[in-house]
Amino acid sequence: MTLTLFQGTLEQGLIYSLVAIGLFLSFRILDIADLTVDGGFTLGCATSAIATLAGHPFLGLGLALIAGSLAGVVTALLQTKMKVQPILAGIITMTALYSINLMIMDNRANLPLLKCETIYSWAAGFLPEDYSKIILLAVIVLLVVLAVFIFLRSGTGLAVRATGDNPDLVRSSSINPHNTITIGLCIANAIVALSGALLAQYQLFAEITTGTGMVVIGLASLIMGEAIIGRGGILRCLIGCLVGSAIYRLIIAIAITSSMQPSNLKLVSAIIVALSISWPAIKEKLEIQKLKRAAGK
Amino acid sequence: MLELKNINKTFNKGTPNAKQALHDLSIHFRPGDFVSIIGSNGAGKSTVFNAIGGSFLVDSGHIVLDGQDITFMPEYKRAVHIGRLFQDPLRGTAPNMTIEENMAMVYLRSNKARSIFGISSKERDFFRSKLQELGLGLEDRLKSKVGLLSGGQRQALTLLMATMTTPKVLLLDEHTAALDPATADKVLELTQNIVKAGNITTLMITHNISSALALGNRTVMMNNGSVILDISGDERDRMTVPELLELFKEKSHTTLDDDRILLTND
Repeated sequence: MTLTLFQGTLEQGLIYSLVAIGLFLSFRILDIADLTVDGGFTLGCATSAIATLAGHPFLGLGLALIAGSLAGVVTALLQTKMKVQPILAGIITMTALYSINLMIMDNRANLPLLKCETIYSWAAGFLPEDYSKIILLAVIVLLVVLAVFIFLRSGTGLAVRATGDNPDLVRSSSINPHNTITIGLCIANAIVALSGALLAQYQLFAEITTGTGMVVIGLASLIMGEAIIGRGGILRCLIGCLVGSAIYRLIIAIAITSSMQPSNLKLVSAIIVALSISWPAIKEKLEIQKLKRAAGK
Repeated sequence: MLELKNINKTFNKGTPNAKQALHDLSIHFRPGDFVSIIGSNGAGKSTVFNAIGGSFLVDSGHIVLDGQDITFMPEYKRAVHIGRLFQDPLRGTAPNMTIEENMAMVYLRSNKARSIFGISSKERDFFRSKLQELGLGLEDRLKSKVGLLSGGQRQALTLLMATMTTPKVLLLDEHTAALDPATADKVLELTQNIVKAGNITTLMITHNISSALALGNRTVMMNNGSVILDISGDERDRMTVPELLELFKEKSHTTLDDDRILLTND
């Protein structure tokens, strides 16, 4: 693998690590499998692309954050106030977002951003040219990590964490768990949309299908990160998201340079996620087999 | 202090399984009362607690706490004034958060305007001094995850958290029943100390008839969703366990039917 390819892999790893961080908030902290992510990622791409086309790349990031958090609020309202099952709530929002994303993209499935001013071309103006992208992305991702870390240790953050751990405790602390779920999903989806916004300007196009399978990709990164870094404190988990995401992109890069079809990667991701989540159950079965064999002797 | 007026609650209304759990129940608890509540299985003891705590809304009647009608107040809002402990020691704490995080979380109830940067050293000192009162050595384990504690430790911590900002009413639903006898005694002793120190109006459901008579200043017996006996003062001081059981038989025309009940002095 060439150095340029490796650097590109790291850059993409940084961009996609935000998806893993968003899923860390919804899947690990709130204990909700939030499928809004598939639509929310494309939503970020679309808003970012439209603003970039209009000559406002930074506004694009801001709009993506707002649009993403709105998507999170819709999912949260569906599952708290309307009592829709959490998974279904995410699917409903994701489905609605498909049409909304097309509307934002002016009913075109693909929006090229060639020759547009982007945040990367802005950074290249004053940073060493070869490293401008990676420095800019590292700064943005670190800011997000820091913000999430501070938030999760604040009073509201504690309440959000307790919501996934023991909702009874949240209620008995006189906090409405509906509010904490809404806050959590709002932040998670804002971060996911930011990831999409960064990607659209990075690859210089937005496409309606970009977000497909993003939940599974994000979970695969999250779980690989946890396997390597461990699941200790919050900071450790957040760093795990970065590492896991980088490794995931590395696997993809290797697959692309070898003869493997890149389209098979979603299958690989699905297998990684299925295996790692079912690992405790598999382990238990293996141990029972072992006990049985030992008893048979 | 806490008044229940003509409370009715029927579960599974309009189906063949309809069960009237509370039957025109009225009772008044005075400030500082420590009331032990006993009764058969299905007498409606826990249902009363759920009605007071707001786990469901009652079909009719009024619940008035300290002059405020809370009949339709959502559960989480009532929690400002009502502390609750359940039989299951896992219910009152978040296992994946540390002891200090659990305490800080509950402490938000009284202290909304706290620093956004984690737990301050002042708060930490306060939590430590509170934990010291338990005498379980938890003050040295502020950064341990609560999931690592034993059931008794978790229940003691829950008790501390429920009373950290003095509630108007403390509801104890057999909160020592799942603990081993020595730990149960310890938690019960802590309960008495904390309740006494804060002069908290306390309702305690118990299956231990002798401790029902020994603890507190008032004993209430329930059957079929109503209060059938309410004794305090001299009458209660003179009461023995056999007399209480005889009285129950007389009032309810059945024997106290509960396989978990403890009759002996232990």
